[in-house]
Amino acid sequence: MALVEIRDVHKSFSRDAERIDVFSGLSMDIEQGSFTALMGPSGSGKSTLLNLVAGLDRPTSGTVQVGGAEVSAMSAGQLAAWRAANVGFVFQQFNLLPVLTAFQNVELPLLLTRLSRRERDERVRIALGVVGLDDRLRHYPRQLSGGQEQRVAIARAIVADPTLVLLDEPTGQLDARSSQEVLALLGRLNEEFGKTIVVVTHDPQVAARAQRQLHLDKGTFIEQASAAGAAV
Amino acid sequence: MRFVGLLRANLGRHKRRTLLTMASVALALFLFASLRTVVTTLHAASQFGSARRLVTTNATGLVFPLPVAYANRIAASPGVEKVSWANWFGGRYGDGKRFFATFAVDAKSYLDLYPEMSVPQDQKEAFLADRSGALIGRRLLDVFGWRVGQNITLQGTIYPGDWTFTVRGVYTPTDKSINDDAVMFHWQYLDERTGRQGTTGWYIFGIDSAQNAPRIGKAIDEGFRNSSAPTKTGTEQSFNASFATMWGNVSLLMNTIGMAVVFAILLVAANAMMMSARERGREVAVLKTIGFSDRRLFALVLAEAGFITITGAAIGLGAAKVLYRATNFSAGGMLPGFDVTASTLGVGALVALFLMLASGVVPAVRAARLPVVAALRNVE
Repeated sequence: MALVEIRDVHKSFSRDAERIDVFSGLSMDIEQGSFTALMGPSGSGKSTLLNLVAGLDRPTSGTVQVGGAEVSAMSAGQLAAWRAANVGFVFQQFNLLPVLTAFQNVELPLLLTRLSRRERDERVRIALGVVGLDDRLRHYPRQLSGGQEQRVAIARAIVADPTLVLLDEPTGQLDARSSQEVLALLGRLNEEFGKTIVVVTHDPQVAARAQRQLHLDKGTFIEQASAAGAAV
Repeated sequence: MRFVGLLRANLGRHKRRTLLTMASVALALFLFASLRTVVTTLHAASQFGSARRLVTTNATGLVFPLPVAYANRIAASPGVEKVSWANWFGGRYGDGKRFFATFAVDAKSYLDLYPEMSVPQDQKEAFLADRSGALIGRRLLDVFGWRVGQNITLQGTIYPGDWTFTVRGVYTPTDKSINDDAVMFHWQYLDERTGRQGTTGWYIFGIDSAQNAPRIGKAIDEGFRNSSAPTKTGTEQSFNASFATMWGNVSLLMNTIGMAVVFAILLVAANAMMMSARERGREVAVLKTIGFSDRRLFALVLAEAGFITITGAAIGLGAAKVLYRATNFSAGGMLPGFDVTASTLGVGALVALFLMLASGVVPAVRAARLPVVAALRNVE
């Protein structure tokens, strides 16, 4: 069953009076519970596609539906509430708030819910436990390694139990060992917790973990590959 | 309440900047309250006066004396009940740096006319019985450390020479607009030492009804119209107000300076808030990605500005209120009853609210309107 349905999406930007078309009639589905890697050269539209799915950006025309909700038609307020409940987002540069501890960073999405302090506390501990950082609750980002920071960011993305987890170059700033840890974690989130994962990456190792690889170039899918490596 | 931790963390991001901004707001509101209190104290002093007391001065000007013989004619005017008179002495004590007022008064009638000046009965009797006795305001007594029974010597400025008095009593005003920073002594003592000139500075007299004040005043001035010293009679309030006008347009000056200070601090606070918001563009974008709405981010940024300005204002206004009261401040007796009023605190609170909105709204709107994708692209 498709969780994400993108239909005839056009997206263009204006830069210095020049119009740049990123997508011209893009359509695609992402199955629920799948692990999808979006690959392609810089400027191919990977991050833009991720932003459209997360409701951070709007298509010039066409529709984006996630879990039956038409994201592209929501107001800003509706989108904020929808994102809080349905989407977890992980950035290349971690983007943890430096003035908050690991616990407080992970708690942020829960502040938008009606959960009690005790329930929030419990969920944060579980999320940090899943990423293996339940002994770093009171640490500030500056006291963590890059890999640990990214794992805190992943805990923040999953703490509200969203259906969809979107990651933009999650291993781009990490060393090989930390990358492996993050990849193992993503695999676990997908297989054990059933999260639908969409990851933008340049890293073939990350892509190799995905069940499906989509290669974008100039806003068009040029190749799709399954986990077995065969073009489909 | 659930966002308090986030708010506290953001305020603590640059502790020194937050504290300095808060301190500048506190200082601005302290100065504002102080300057406004000068205005309200002057206004209160000009408003002081019984509606049933009139004052007669020389029509030419306050510095010109009146014959003391006028007392009987004033007393004989229909509607007049009690008459007293007073003269500005202009003495100083010690090095003269501490200013205070000194009056020569017709003691018995003066104290009868001013029940607002509370004097213990035994001290009052002692003062009335001693021609060289003096009655001292409570505050002045404390300032110089004088005590009842002590001899004090003032240097006359208008009436040169050393003038020695025995402190016979202490008066405490029941109305805070009355100056308790003054010395009073017997007019008869002044008259004796100045060669019995038989003149005084002004008359104060009680009347039967406040409604009769214009008629009585007019009748008295008419009676002295063709004398060597024509008079001018008015209410005690207008007499006091004439002293206040000697300050010139102090109110305008004080209010202008107060507002200029507030405006300067507004720029400081607004700049600090803007700087803080600009530095956090990326974090605002991240919060939006997580699901924080524009409205919530607007409220969070405004709450930060509110915390800084309201806390600063509370410190500044509170300090002004407590400090002036605790030190019994009166600007060396120039501003008796100097106390930050409730209206000043209210206006100060409005100023703080204005500061909060003026310094917080722009960064709050900027945070709310921040385009997430562009903000993230700038840093990714």
